[in-house]
Amino acid sequence: MRRLRGLLAIPLLLLSLTACVKDDPNAISRIGKGAACTRNSPPAAPPSSSSTTTSAEPVSAPNMRVGLAYDIGGRGDTSFNDLAAAGIDRAKAELGVTDVRELSAAAGESPSAQVARLRGMALEGFNPIVAVGFAYTDGIKQVSKEFPNVKFGLVDSVVEAPNVSSLIFAEEQGSFFAGVMAAYKSRSCHVGFIGGVDIPLIHKFEAGFVQGAKAVAPGIQIERKYLSPAGDTRGFNDPGKGNEATRGQIDAGADVIYHGAGASAKGIFDAAKAGGALGIGCDADQYQQPTLAGVKDIIIGSALKKVDVAVFDFIRAVALGKTADLPKVFDLRNDGVGYSASGGKINDMIPVLEAYKAQIVSGKLTVSQQPTR
Amino acid sequence: MNPRFRSAVLPPAIAVVFSVMLCSIVLAISGANVPRTLGVMVAQVGKDTTAVDIVNSAAVYYLAAVAVAIGFQMNLFNIGVEGQYRVAGIVAAVVGGGIALPPVLHPLLIIVAAMFTGAAWALIPALLKAYRGVHEVISTIMMNAIALGVTAYLLRVDVFGEQRGNNVSTHTIPDSGTVGGFGFGSGGTVFGLLLLSVVVGVGYWMLLNRTRFGFELIASGQSPTAAAAGGINAKRMIVSTMLISGAIAGLISLPEILGRDHQFSLTFTAGYGFTGIAVALLGRNHPGGIAFGALLWAFLDRSGLALDNIGVPREIVTIMQGAIVLSVVVAYEAVRRMDLAAEKAEVGEVVAQ
Repeated sequence: MRRLRGLLAIPLLLLSLTACVKDDPNAISRIGKGAACTRNSPPAAPPSSSSTTTSAEPVSAPNMRVGLAYDIGGRGDTSFNDLAAAGIDRAKAELGVTDVRELSAAAGESPSAQVARLRGMALEGFNPIVAVGFAYTDGIKQVSKEFPNVKFGLVDSVVEAPNVSSLIFAEEQGSFFAGVMAAYKSRSCHVGFIGGVDIPLIHKFEAGFVQGAKAVAPGIQIERKYLSPAGDTRGFNDPGKGNEATRGQIDAGADVIYHGAGASAKGIFDAAKAGGALGIGCDADQYQQPTLAGVKDIIIGSALKKVDVAVFDFIRAVALGKTADLPKVFDLRNDGVGYSASGGKINDMIPVLEAYKAQIVSGKLTVSQQPTR
Repeated sequence: MNPRFRSAVLPPAIAVVFSVMLCSIVLAISGANVPRTLGVMVAQVGKDTTAVDIVNSAAVYYLAAVAVAIGFQMNLFNIGVEGQYRVAGIVAAVVGGGIALPPVLHPLLIIVAAMFTGAAWALIPALLKAYRGVHEVISTIMMNAIALGVTAYLLRVDVFGEQRGNNVSTHTIPDSGTVGGFGFGSGGTVFGLLLLSVVVGVGYWMLLNRTRFGFELIASGQSPTAAAAGGINAKRMIVSTMLISGAIAGLISLPEILGRDHQFSLTFTAGYGFTGIAVALLGRNHPGGIAFGALLWAFLDRSGLALDNIGVPREIVTIMQGAIVLSVVVAYEAVRRMDLAAEKAEVGEVVAQ
């Protein structure tokens, strides 16, 4: 029995040991000197013609049965999934949808569970079905073939099929604004980016942020850190690690921190507040989030990825029978990404941000999806 | 009832009943309809591809649990199964996707590559333990962290990765390297490499019961000092046990890679190594017990989906899994003491006569 008692201690050991944080060796070598920033003058102010294209065609779809498959975390993750939930809530309010089935993925589940989740909803007659997160790509590929008459919406990934609408975003364009904000607000000409997991999707956030910051201040120093390596999704839900990494960046000299780290944001903003730095929110308007109310005074703005808009637009398009009209990419041009300035700390910068926005929309400025070093 | 049989089967039965009762209480407190919830869990098995999915998951859990159990036999806690299977999985996928060979030979090569990689990853903690006295729990956990990094590196687009949308995966293994399955029409397809789990299970039983190594393994577990006195080389035992454990850990990802995914990607399921620990505990390291444990675990995992579907929090499944493992441990101890007491009484009676 001695053996068994030893075994019971293992999970505890695992918990404490896996919590160890690796430090980025590069962070130390780049200690900021607090150099004065030379900032480029902003591009010329845009002609004030905002192109809102939302047709006000009234739609009502009370008989529609909508299925929603969340990524790990589900409704209430204060991030990505919650935005999708907001889209559904809007569909309930504006389209009169009443029958909604919301299911969420479990951590470490096998792909067959994802297929079963989607297929189960399709079998029960839910149509359309929205899957949130690129982990559902293979599941949608398979199930959309089995149910050619059901419309599927897939957030963050592309599946080429007549009954699948791929809802992808130009995250780099939204993050560009975060870079611009950071470069203007930094006193030490030194900013930081914290990514949740080192994967191509999050590289787009980094790329936009870096390009935006350098567009304003070419000589700016940028700290970059990912909380977990590719394949280990814990970085999206590890406030402790986020806190540690942020402290590291602040110690290195950064004073404005942007993130693409999902639910690790809480730790990131806590550390920023404790270290006297500023923070920029991601995906949602994080200044408004109840869970971040304690640190909202340091959140100067957010880069928006409007998953809620995409989900709502998709459901609406299905109701209208016009899924072909959905944008190929939700970007600045169709208001699928953007920025928010809630809190009033960057009101003075809005003309600048609008000027950059006009440049990106007109195609004069292209934001790269690959981060430059 | 045969007492040996009783002491093997009674405890898990008690454990399952106990945890069902515990979960019923939790369910009742949370306001769910208890009979309906349990009914849905049982009824799901007959629906759609659930039964096949459970068998497929169990095949994977079985490999993971045997990898862990071999170490457990001699009190060697290979917590590194998690890292061993991930590194082995990506190496196997890279090898399989990079080489063209005729069918049969191709998957065989992939299997050998996976076993070799898993064993190699386990060799480091084995040597550290045997020659430097580093506790394998510490070193294997550290190796798990390194494995994550190594996997991420190998998956880089400039190494062996290939970007597909927002996902990154290794190159697809050509058809000659894949292994078909047993199709059940709309019921799904059972992995062909389910046979691999069966072979590993039979091999594990043979190893324990019919070989000198198995005897030495169990002897080292029951009393290291007696084993040493009996001439068993402890260092050799540590290294070879870890190598076998690692080689089997290397197989964990193969049913899925060769039977379904044909590649290793960012979204490849993590955590099988830790599930293996729980299943090995549940199955008491016994080849048959582990099979039962793996099926039960897969069934419970899958129940989460069915419960989510009727609006019952899926976390109830996690509670049930935890309760089962804990109560199995407690129940075995209770039954052992009961048996001991009964034996004492019996001996006492005999002596008194």
